[in-house]
Amino acid sequence: MAEEDFDAIVVGAGPSGSACAYTLAKAGKNVLLLERGDSAGAKNVSGGRLYTYALELVEPGLTQRAPLQRKIVREQIMLLSDGQATTIDHAEYGKEAESYSVVRATLDEWFAGEVEAQGASVVPGMRVDGLLEENGRIVGIKVGEDEMRAGIVVACDGVNSMLGRQAGLFDDVKASAVGVGVKETIELAPAVINQRFGVKDGEGAARVAIGCTEGISGGGFLYTNKDSISLGIVFNPEQAARHGRQIQEIFQDFKLHPAIAALIEGGTSVEYGAHLVPEIGFHGVPQRLYRDGLLVAGDAAQFGINTGMIIRGMDLALVSGLAAARAILQDGDTGPAYMAQLEQLMLLPNLRAYAEFHGIFGISRIFKEYPDLANEALRFLFTVDGQVPPPMIKKLKAIVTSKASYVQLAKDAWKGYRSV
Amino acid sequence: MSIKRLSPEELLALDRFAVDEGNPHIVVDKAICARCEQRPCLVVCPARCYQLKDGQVHFEYAGCLECGTCRVMCSDKGVTDWNYPRATFGVTYRCS
Repeated sequence: MAEEDFDAIVVGAGPSGSACAYTLAKAGKNVLLLERGDSAGAKNVSGGRLYTYALELVEPGLTQRAPLQRKIVREQIMLLSDGQATTIDHAEYGKEAESYSVVRATLDEWFAGEVEAQGASVVPGMRVDGLLEENGRIVGIKVGEDEMRAGIVVACDGVNSMLGRQAGLFDDVKASAVGVGVKETIELAPAVINQRFGVKDGEGAARVAIGCTEGISGGGFLYTNKDSISLGIVFNPEQAARHGRQIQEIFQDFKLHPAIAALIEGGTSVEYGAHLVPEIGFHGVPQRLYRDGLLVAGDAAQFGINTGMIIRGMDLALVSGLAAARAILQDGDTGPAYMAQLEQLMLLPNLRAYAEFHGIFGISRIFKEYPDLANEALRFLFTVDGQVPPPMIKKLKAIVTSKASYVQLAKDAWKGYRSV
Repeated sequence: MSIKRLSPEELLALDRFAVDEGNPHIVVDKAICARCEQRPCLVVCPARCYQLKDGQVHFEYAGCLECGTCRVMCSDKGVTDWNYPRATFGVTYRCS
């Protein structure tokens, strides 16, 4: 057997790859972390919120060192209709920090630097072209004509994971299992952000929006960064295709909705990004996440949770990278040890807890009729125009039935109940 | 500057690209696309790399955001090869 160049080669310097490489290097392993972008984070887009328990799992105190944007203290849900908006705004005062907005170019580059400081070789600007296989075992990777050998390869190569597919672990991701996210980053002065979102320095808001997708399954998001706003929409691509209107046009309408435009007015658009998002949670995770010499973690393993209110990906990536590293550091069979770690670190139990939640997004009226219903009912309740108002219950019933029949309402309620 | 509607071209102009001239990372077979009836690419590509010109699907890889949506959505498999751009090429995000 040819000599190994490294104990482990980790492909992709996103949260999962860096968490894995960090943990391995810290334990004294000879690790190579490869990244196709010119720097870590250069190819990455995410909505923008990290639940920081995951950083603490990797190493207590890591959160303090991380370049985080704003501590999220306001959770907001927006129901949008044409010319109307209803916003629910929740805050728990004095609550310990649970999540922060992040900018990936900054966060991922910092984390890769931490990995290097632990003694790993971190090489950006390197696209891995394939895997080396010998006697049924993955023994390394190919970069162009070059080959590099390692005791184990960890594929943290993202939602499109070419390596996992090439290894025969899973087929290409299905359109029904992903969302396509688009996002604009809009620079805005910190003081203006504080004022508009009612937050102090260092604090911020996270917002989800429904009713902004022309009925397509999906939703908008907004995160406040230090001096910018991340604004975007995630669409179900199959429904978007059937709908027929270009998704960036729908996104621009969202941006210019009076309720959104007022928040970003005076800002400067500085970047536009797009990315696929694992969207259906537990049922989207491939049956096999390992084979001899190879583990798959992060988005590549399709780890994601979306309840409509909570959107998680980066934390699961960090935890799965940690799980992979711990499995590698144990004696014995690495693959099964990885799966055991995913259980022990509560990643798979979390995914199972939300396993049926994506069923909610099968209720098509959530994306248009129900936000419209809420807005029209509230408009009626707040209207004073000097005329004699119609009987309240009768009018509200009429508003409800103009959006959905009682049978449809009952079906949707049942579907929602079964999903959660 | 004030907030305004941005066209796909204006959105892409915000980003930094290094185009691998003459070396497309995505290969599209126009003959297959010509027979394709659904053409989801025209709608779902966030960069509008796929556009209809004279009734034909025209693909331009220069502004690709490397998301993978065209590959997973391609109905008639006209996207015959999909890869990330070679190292140092493609989009570079600075604040996403």
